Amino acid sequence: MNAEQAIRLIQERFGVPATGESPNRLEPLHLLVSVPKERWVEFARFAREELGCRYFSHLTAVDWKAEGFELVCRVENLEAGIGLTVKARIGQDPAPSLTGIYRGADWMERECYDLFGIRFEGHPDLRRILLPQDWEGHPLRKDYAVDTPHPPYR
Amino acid sequence: MSSEGAMPGARPGLAEAHKVIELGYGGNERFVMNMGPQHPSAHGVFRMILTLEGEIIVGVDPIIGYLHRCHEKLGEALTYVQYPTIASKTDYVAAMTSELTYVLAAERIGQVEVPRRAQYLRVLVAELQRVASHLLWLGTWCLDMGGALGGGATVFLYCFREREMVLDLFEALTGARLLYGFHQVGGTRYDLPEGWTGACRETVDHIDRRIDEYEALLEENAIFKVRTQGVGVISRELAMDVGVAGPLLRGSGIAFDLRRHDPYSSYEEFDFRVPVEAAGDCYARYRVRMQEFRESIRIVHQVLERLPAGPISSRPGVKSVGQVKIPKGETYSRVEGPRGEVGCYLVSDGGTKPYRMKWRGASFSNLAVIGHILPGHKVADAVAILGSVDPVFGEVDR
Repeated sequence: MNAEQAIRLIQERFGVPATGESPNRLEPLHLLVSVPKERWVEFARFAREELGCRYFSHLTAVDWKAEGFELVCRVENLEAGIGLTVKARIGQDPAPSLTGIYRGADWMERECYDLFGIRFEGHPDLRRILLPQDWEGHPLRKDYAVDTPHPPYR
Repeated sequence: MSSEGAMPGARPGLAEAHKVIELGYGGNERFVMNMGPQHPSAHGVFRMILTLEGEIIVGVDPIIGYLHRCHEKLGEALTYVQYPTIASKTDYVAAMTSELTYVLAAERIGQVEVPRRAQYLRVLVAELQRVASHLLWLGTWCLDMGGALGGGATVFLYCFREREMVLDLFEALTGARLLYGFHQVGGTRYDLPEGWTGACRETVDHIDRRIDEYEALLEENAIFKVRTQGVGVISRELAMDVGVAGPLLRGSGIAFDLRRHDPYSSYEEFDFRVPVEAAGDCYARYRVRMQEFRESIRIVHQVLERLPAGPISSRPGVKSVGQVKIPKGETYSRVEGPRGEVGCYLVSDGGTKPYRMKWRGASFSNLAVIGHILPGHKVADAVAILGSVDPVFGEVDR
């Protein structure tokens, strides 16, 4: 598996282009793919089984305000040196969980739920991981002010 | 909270960890033991709710977050000039690493040139930081394993003595001992003071000799071997699936080091080995780090020999906090820190602050493996295994 084969395979199976990771960084070894959220889990399984991306790097989200949330997940094929960043727009909806495919998704999705309030359907133990269980609100949302008071914590 | 059966095999031990205590005299009674967050071997503030059968751990519920400061929100509130200093507070025993990761991300989106001298200086401090950080790890880990290692505090005090020398170097360079503010977008903030190079050479050579002593002290100790060999094995598959990095990944037989496989800041110009051990146990992780000491010292010597002259930053000195503007774009930058891949996913909307910044903390991903490897071990091994993972809670909780 090399980057060209991976790009072709992604195009064939999902009909989406895989590009360089950022407009300023067009390296074949760092690929960026956007998929519809219905195919999020399917793509992760495909990346793991067929592209050999067995290394789970991280999963997070970006709050695009009115356009809703975007999931960002990075997996890697260490042998071939291919890093794959997958994105999906989910709006305000819950997201499908990747815990059945990558065990590393467990803590990452809990963190994402904790800080963004995105619910991951199928996660076996979705509770807050960094903040106290009785915390109100999700700090990384853009509508959450930095100085929001939280008695009795501060 | 528990959702038994929902995802079989996804979180081994968690369902057990929430089961009601059964008391009896049959020898297999279960009880729940709380460890931390203020436990001396927790390496910070970490809590584990252990379910035990006799002395054997059958379930683990790791609880983190006691040091959470929401760095990612802070990153959105502070400018590209302000945040690098704060970034050092994520992993506070390897502050150079996270500062570098952040400025690399901003520089990559902004296509900011970094002078060669600054690139070399970055490599220099990163490797010295690795030595200091590994010394802290070795000392505290041996302290955890206690009396078997010649009184417990022996190796700890030796390591701290040597680490102090590296911190003195950093103090002479930046004025700070732990949290430096050394990196800035476009280069570094400080150049080497006079006489520093000689002091640095002396220090690393001294540490190089000391490492032989540590190895002799530990590797000829039968109790040390019994407590580490075959204990806390992370298989290749588990290592990749959970996404552990650094010495944990290389201790599980995967030769992956970002300095070699995705070089940044001129690492491709230096000659060093990537140590790999296949066993995946505590001893393998120990061996990887001991070899990394020597590789770091080799790199330090190479930097000092070949350090190019020239400016240390491509940008003018800091005059205002809104001085650096980064164009629209996004990137993921990563650095091989002492604990593995420290990553920064940065989204810029063209302003003076990031729109979104995500830390991939190496300690966070490494610690996630603990729930998978503890079951089946004795309580005393939990301490040895946790120490071999080398978590820094500033980075776990961010």
